[in-house]
Amino acid sequence: MNDEIHAPEVEDEAIRSETLKMTARDVDVHYAGKQAIDNVSIDVGLENVVAFIGPSGCGKSTFLRCFNRMNDTIPIARVTGQIELDGEDIYDPKMDVVQLRARVGMVFQKPNPFPKSIFENIAYGPRIHGLASGKQDLEEIVEKSLRRAGLWDEVKDRLSESGTALSGGQQQRLCIARAIAVDPEVILMDEPCSALDPIATAKIEELIHELRGRYAIVIVTHNMQQAARVSQKTAFFHLGTLVEYGDTSDIFTNPREEKTKDYITGRYG
Amino acid sequence: MATNAPSPRQPTDWNTDAMQRRIKARYRAEKRFRFYGLFAVVLSAGFLAFLLVTMISSGARGFTQTELEVPINFAASDLFLDPAQLAGDNADAALSAADIEGVVRSAAIEAYGEDGGDLISNGSWIRVRDAIAADPQLLTGTETFWLQASTELDFGSRGDTGTRRAQLPERQAMISRWNRLEEAGQVRRGFSWTFLTASDSSDPTLVGIWGALKGSLLTMAVTLLLAFPIGVLTAVYLEEYAPQNRWTDIIEVSINNLAAVPSIIFGLLGLAVFINTFQLPRSAAIVGGLTLALMTMPVIVIAGRNAIKSVPPSIRDAALGIGASRVQVLAHHVLPLSLPGILTGTIIGMSRALGETAPLLLIGMRAFVATPPGGLTDPATALPVQIFLWSDELDPGFVEKTSAAIIVLLVALLAMNGIAIWLRNKYEQRW
Repeated sequence: MNDEIHAPEVEDEAIRSETLKMTARDVDVHYAGKQAIDNVSIDVGLENVVAFIGPSGCGKSTFLRCFNRMNDTIPIARVTGQIELDGEDIYDPKMDVVQLRARVGMVFQKPNPFPKSIFENIAYGPRIHGLASGKQDLEEIVEKSLRRAGLWDEVKDRLSESGTALSGGQQQRLCIARAIAVDPEVILMDEPCSALDPIATAKIEELIHELRGRYAIVIVTHNMQQAARVSQKTAFFHLGTLVEYGDTSDIFTNPREEKTKDYITGRYG
Repeated sequence: MATNAPSPRQPTDWNTDAMQRRIKARYRAEKRFRFYGLFAVVLSAGFLAFLLVTMISSGARGFTQTELEVPINFAASDLFLDPAQLAGDNADAALSAADIEGVVRSAAIEAYGEDGGDLISNGSWIRVRDAIAADPQLLTGTETFWLQASTELDFGSRGDTGTRRAQLPERQAMISRWNRLEEAGQVRRGFSWTFLTASDSSDPTLVGIWGALKGSLLTMAVTLLLAFPIGVLTAVYLEEYAPQNRWTDIIEVSINNLAAVPSIIFGLLGLAVFINTFQLPRSAAIVGGLTLALMTMPVIVIAGRNAIKSVPPSIRDAALGIGASRVQVLAHHVLPLSLPGILTGTIIGMSRALGETAPLLLIGMRAFVATPPGGLTDPATALPVQIFLWSDELDPGFVEKTSAAIIVLLVALLAMNGIAIWLRNKYEQRW
């Protein structure tokens, strides 16, 4: 990694020292002229889980969707600024967005398995990207992905059943397994537990712990306790701006900004 | 909110008379509304039942045939035809030169007296000709044939139905005639494949629906092959790719309006464009199919767009999120999930096209077509047009044939709707 590109604007020593995976510089997002994200710069390290927190409508999901260009699917959204994956500008016209989305996987707020079998749900990604060399290889990928997502023991006997027949928590882990199956480098999670009960949530959080280190993970959450539990770095957004970004322990125990403190202590949100 | 305390008021008394009246009125309104709904359902079911019962009771006879036994002594007849002539290449010429019709008629007169010739149908000799062509040895002896009875004798077979027409003296005479023949075992009636295998004819005892049915099938095939792919591709493009601008709006409005254009206008369009400009043959299934495809396409586009729109965005996000291209999202997820809706719309459009008469009249598919069309460019007619033509015939024998044709059309429509329901259930996914 070329430090010249990434280093200057980052204030925090701890963030600079780690291996950078994705960097965002001066990112603005406009929805039909209305500014949703205002000049946000952030670094995502390989070893850490980064949490985006903030009140509803603060733009944290919008910002997350910039990292794999999911905002491209919204005709009125316009993204400016620079976002890099391993030093490559992902908004460069030469960047293939399909490959980008395979490298930067995404898990959505509502579990959204395909209405196909559990096996097909996982196998779909490797199949369209040509990652499996044969039927046996594909089966191995499916098993490995389900094991990593902690779902294998629950579904190994019913891989041909529909993915939509699983419980909500299982569906969400299926979606995580589906994202893992294409061997991404970064996994973006957009409020992955907001539709789940506390037990399913605990399982997902446990899973995030296990996946840390293997994938760079960015998680958007409106649950501050969750951010504190799963992340090493936390970014606090408010009204489209990044108010504070730093080690999770600092943000929650010793926030620099008054706004952050107010939010953490439940003054608003 | 201590500053804005509500003014003190009595707790609501739920047992006052006004309350009770309100409750009763509510129950009455509920009951009334249910009754209206039930009444509407019963009424429409009644109309449907009436239609079906009428059609089946008057059309069932159309599938049967009344036949009269006629012995023909070929050896003694003045038919100048011998088996040797029928062995060679000019068998057809020899057959058409011989006056088989006259021989059959004389045989009937010989068997049943002066008016015997009126008991058999005008075209019944064709059956004799075909038998001779199949087996020339018949010419050397006497053979007994069951020949189609004339419309008059057929009416006699119905007995005294009590109608004013049945009281006419000639009808009464025919009824007693039938009764005598029946006692002698010289007449019979029963189900006959003729109606389902023959084509149009000027003689109601010989007509069949096959020509029109085949014409309809060919027309529908052309319609489906054109309207389905074009309609689905249009729906996909408008829903998934078209930029949101004025042109898209104009196209959208035009398509919606097209679906509401009266079908006869499409007939005029087909006449002007396909026959006059492109010089396609008139009365042909291909022109009918093209015209009906124009009419069906907007229906498929509208149904297709709604079906595509109803695929949850989360499925698209899921596929895009693991790096599926737009075409892959469409082909692997959106289209399979919207297929039931698209198919339902297609079948609705096709059913409408199958029952369409007006545009076909304008492009010449109302022609008298006595041989089933062999291909897309042969003169053809269609089921509804055939019904229209027969309902216009003067010969009373066509009445039951018209009803029978309506039954065939309804069965075809039911079959199509059945396929639609089957396909929908087969591909329906839940999420």
